[in-house]
Amino acid sequence: MASSLAMPSRYAARRRRNFVAMGLSMTATAFGLGWLVLILGVLLWEGFSGLSLRVFTEMTPPPGSAGGLLNPIFGSLVLTILAVIIGTPIGILAGTYMAEYGRHDRLTSVVRFINDILLSAPSIVVGLFIYEVMVYPMGHFSGLAGSVALAVIVMPVVVRTTEDMLNLVPNQLREAAAALGMPRAYIIARVCYKAAQAGMITGVLLAIARISGETAPLLFTALNHQFWSTDLFGPMSSLPVVIFQFALSPYKDWQQLAWTGALIITFTVLALSIGARALSARK
Amino acid sequence: MEPARRQSVADVALEAGNVAVDASRAHALNGLRSWDNVYRWLTRLAAIGVLAILGGVIVSLFIGSLPALREFGFSFLTEQRWNPVTEKFGALAPVYGTVVTSFIAMLIAVPVGLMIAVFLTELCPMVLRRPIGIAIELLAGIPSIIYGIWGLFVFAPFLQETLQPALITIFGNVPVLSALFEGPPYGIGVLTASLVLAIMVLPFITSISRDVFEAVPPVLKEAAYGIGCTTWEVVRYVVLPYARVGVIGGVMLGLGRALGETMAVTFVIGNAHKISSSIIAPGTTISATIANEFTEAVGDLYTSSLIALGLILFVITFFVLAAARYMLMRIERRIG
Repeated sequence: MASSLAMPSRYAARRRRNFVAMGLSMTATAFGLGWLVLILGVLLWEGFSGLSLRVFTEMTPPPGSAGGLLNPIFGSLVLTILAVIIGTPIGILAGTYMAEYGRHDRLTSVVRFINDILLSAPSIVVGLFIYEVMVYPMGHFSGLAGSVALAVIVMPVVVRTTEDMLNLVPNQLREAAAALGMPRAYIIARVCYKAAQAGMITGVLLAIARISGETAPLLFTALNHQFWSTDLFGPMSSLPVVIFQFALSPYKDWQQLAWTGALIITFTVLALSIGARALSARK
Repeated sequence: MEPARRQSVADVALEAGNVAVDASRAHALNGLRSWDNVYRWLTRLAAIGVLAILGGVIVSLFIGSLPALREFGFSFLTEQRWNPVTEKFGALAPVYGTVVTSFIAMLIAVPVGLMIAVFLTELCPMVLRRPIGIAIELLAGIPSIIYGIWGLFVFAPFLQETLQPALITIFGNVPVLSALFEGPPYGIGVLTASLVLAIMVLPFITSISRDVFEAVPPVLKEAAYGIGCTTWEVVRYVVLPYARVGVIGGVMLGLGRALGETMAVTFVIGNAHKISSSIIAPGTTISATIANEFTEAVGDLYTSSLIALGLILFVITFFVLAAARYMLMRIERRIG
């Protein structure tokens, strides 16, 4: 009797606990996604209310007057492209070594471990590092130093994806090419790279997405520039740094431009990551 | 005689041709072989370059921070003072701020992130699983400066008017907790920075724990469901124990991000070099201090102290990230 009474109540208790826990998990999802939706909503609202053609055609204004974001947009493009040009080849070469020549040796596992740490190392430390090795010896801030700092962030991403993608290439392909008498370097260049192409491009796109919003490493490498500048050896403007400076200023016009800049960056990043996804899904 | 001679001429010609072919083939093969060697060494060099960058970071930060370390010695780590005028610097306040903001952020983000992962792997209808999963991964890629600017213009004023006064009145008369919520509601401060950080690391923790949860063999879960376990019991007694190492790894990866995060924090922390018992008071973190002061730092000792802060940050995050990677590597090996 007692046990038959205890059984349903115990069962009810278990069900109740389950109900509470599952309710909590749904609440957590609503809560977490809610914040993120809220942030994007505010960003869209504030960003679009300042978006006009002027943003893309005029220079950053002095405080109190209207203007655009042409020079930081240009600066960001230059810094990003240069960073990709510097960082990608090194990353692909290192990833190639890890997946092709030294798949099982000690160096590869050490590099993989260190690379994974560099992948999520604080970006401000990268800025300090480049300041120490480039800005300080050269005596002035420069766009070049900024893009090298960004390249240090690009590289680990590319290393990681290159290695992963080359590891996915079936060994039969390599063996078939080797049987035709192709030396290793040619197998890698003509067979493996071709097979892993889509994945490797995805990696580069993700790396660009990663650096297009990076602010911390640019603060004391590329610094900022109020006007149009194409001099790589001088300070260079970039969107994230301008957003940082304008958002913290007391001027309404500047704050509005900061929101618009933030919107542009977010769109770029989202477009790049969706593009990368589509590319890797197609494969 | 005649035909035989012709034969031998042909032979000779053929032989000469063979030799020539052999020579050019050997030449070509040698060329290929040396290219292969060059490429092998080039890739090896690049791989070593990755190590060299890490070494370069450590060495350059160490050299840069030498003047400060020589001047202040061990007291750099234990002193709270931060006075650019008298050139007396101590790292305690920023280190404290970094640890406290990350701790509060993880306190919020870990349970919420895990619960979202549970929802995504156990409860969510199949149709929604992919879209929500993709949305979370896209959100993980949004640059931190976006969170910072939102925190400054929207979240901080909101907290100043709602949460902070509420906390002050609720805990105002509670003996120990009142110290935690002391002072006027500025809006910006340690609590605000922690909350922004929590929102920022949430997608990371969710997406890693979801991956780890999904790696639990379905057989185990089905067996548990088969003997009549509720969903929660399956999660609590099968999924979580199996995924424990991976979850800890993911949490530490998130912690590494939170510790080193610069922009999201710099906007809303208030940059006050002071350790306050109140979590709604302004404070500072290592990265916020560097971001705010580095370009304006005059004097070698000031710059060097900031670089020393960077070194401390790098050492802390290095160990956290190394531990995280080690744990994630263990679970990857188990999955195979």
